[in-house]
Amino acid sequence: MGHPFLNDGVDFGDVIFAVIMAVVALVVTLVMTMLMVWFERKVVSRLQNRVGPNVAGPFGLFQTLADGMKLLFKEDLIPSKADRVLFILAPFLAVVPAFLTFTVVPIAGDFSDGKTGTSTLPEFLGGREFLWQVADLPMGILFFLAMSSLAVYGTVLAGYGSGSKYPLISSIRATAQAISYEAALGLSLATVLLVSGTLSTHGMVMNQAGDSFLGFNFAGWHVVTTGFIPFVVFLIAATAELNRPPFDLVEAEQELVGGFHTEYSSFRFALFFLAEFMNTVTMGGIIVTLFFGGPAGPQLLPIGAAMGFIWFFLKLLVFLFIFVWFRATLPRVRYDQLMDLGWKVLIPVSLGWLIMIGGIRLVSSGDMSFSDSKLVDIFVVIGAGLTIGVLASYLLMAAIRTARDERLAAQGLVEVPYLAPASDILAEATNSHAGAPGDQSGSTGGGH
Amino acid sequence: MVDVIVFIISASVILGGAIGVIFNPNPVHAALSLIATFFGVAILFVLQEVHFLALVQVVVYGGAVVVLFLFVIMLLGVEEIERFDEEPIEGQRIAALGGSLILLGVILAGLFLSGPGGEDGAVAITGQAAQMVPLTNETDVVQLANDLFTRHVFAFEATGLLLTIATVGAVVLVKNRGAEDLVVDEPGTSVR
Repeated sequence: MGHPFLNDGVDFGDVIFAVIMAVVALVVTLVMTMLMVWFERKVVSRLQNRVGPNVAGPFGLFQTLADGMKLLFKEDLIPSKADRVLFILAPFLAVVPAFLTFTVVPIAGDFSDGKTGTSTLPEFLGGREFLWQVADLPMGILFFLAMSSLAVYGTVLAGYGSGSKYPLISSIRATAQAISYEAALGLSLATVLLVSGTLSTHGMVMNQAGDSFLGFNFAGWHVVTTGFIPFVVFLIAATAELNRPPFDLVEAEQELVGGFHTEYSSFRFALFFLAEFMNTVTMGGIIVTLFFGGPAGPQLLPIGAAMGFIWFFLKLLVFLFIFVWFRATLPRVRYDQLMDLGWKVLIPVSLGWLIMIGGIRLVSSGDMSFSDSKLVDIFVVIGAGLTIGVLASYLLMAAIRTARDERLAAQGLVEVPYLAPASDILAEATNSHAGAPGDQSGSTGGGH
Repeated sequence: MVDVIVFIISASVILGGAIGVIFNPNPVHAALSLIATFFGVAILFVLQEVHFLALVQVVVYGGAVVVLFLFVIMLLGVEEIERFDEEPIEGQRIAALGGSLILLGVILAGLFLSGPGGEDGAVAITGQAAQMVPLTNETDVVQLANDLFTRHVFAFEATGLLLTIATVGAVVLVKNRGAEDLVVDEPGTSVR
């Protein structure tokens, strides 16, 4: 079933229905975000042996609301050196993608016993069939990628538009981090797409629905069928994309005051705060959809689509807890560690895994074979893949180590036995300023 | 009717963005205008029902490429903005104007020469197009993949190789600057 807007002939009822869906989704995200802020503060407090918010409302539940109200009544400052247009635009650029991403996340629906998760409105409301997501785009996952790559503009333009030093540094960090981790995010996502064969989020949930054990289709969850590695890469890359600890270099308080939002106050600051937590909730929802079957689960109570929401919420809660747990336990990574992890570990691993999964699918579909038995073929592919992987990682490590030694030796910082004495390299580098690129590598291979 | 309205809106976004890229003195604002242009193009893709290209347009160009531009602009120093006012190469602006006028002429010629079928003018300028792949009922992703990885696989691989060469070349150029220019801030070593 497609979304009404994608079929021909849009009537008034379609428009009204879409608007209602959007408003409901907005309210759900806002409430979830509010609860997420409370959840994070409460869990971090418990992990640090504190009590956390406990005054406003039962268990301090209304603390977020109180903080939000307080922020609204604060003075709204625009620094005199700020780029006014960008400064005002940036918070909205942060919030809008955060909202839009949530539209493709299926949050409820009955997927048990081969049902497709559609629900039907009562007859007096038109008897319309619908899915429990605002839009089932044919390319829902790409839409998520597009929105997450746009979300960085909020951060970047806020930092630049503030006309202040620390926010600018934060912006540069944000751009570098976004570019580095988007590749790993996309590559691990590609593995999921390869296995599921669909780009629609609803299609993915359908793929993972079923009953293999206790009503869940554990064996069909993409976290299993893609071989766990893409999930780990995705979780790390997602944490980095969210700028959440341990990858929160963008907001490193000790170095950058508050990072990109240092100059922001009042409502504009509240918008950034909102976007950050909303992104966290949405990313959790995307992970659940991609790897853990979304709202698919057994009908323990005869409540139809609402049971789907309960399963979705429980699965989501696990990941939200993991994000908070990361924050409470892991120290912030250094900038060079951040870049090393992204470029030298996550991208090669996810790329290699993607190719290996592709090979496995090729032999298991029967398009290619080395022997009579498919099982043997699969083992051959896995064996070859792991061998190449180990060799490649050894080569990469060797290349990194050599480059580092060379760099340090050229500075005369360390003596490396297999390189020329530091003084020689220094002299060589100073003399032949514009020498051929082979100069330095030649001294490596020669082994004086 | 609806598609005409959508076309007019997105075309004005594209043109407005393009003009903004050229006339904005501030490079960051120019980069933002570029995003507007990319978005307009993405909407036109949606109008043609190629959702895949539309979203790739946003992910790759709107997301990655412009972020990279912003990174370079900010890293090089935003204070250098004034330098964008002066002409880096002598006579560059006149040459650019001449080049765009020629291009405009070619486009206009193509428009006016084409007959009611819309074929003649385009063929007169670009020559006969290769045989088009017949459209099938499959989704645009499947069609695109079939075309890209069968008919155009050589061009695809060659582009990949070209990009790799460019990357390696950039690294070589940077490495060649000489060791004393490098500021080593290496973890685990004490600078003496």
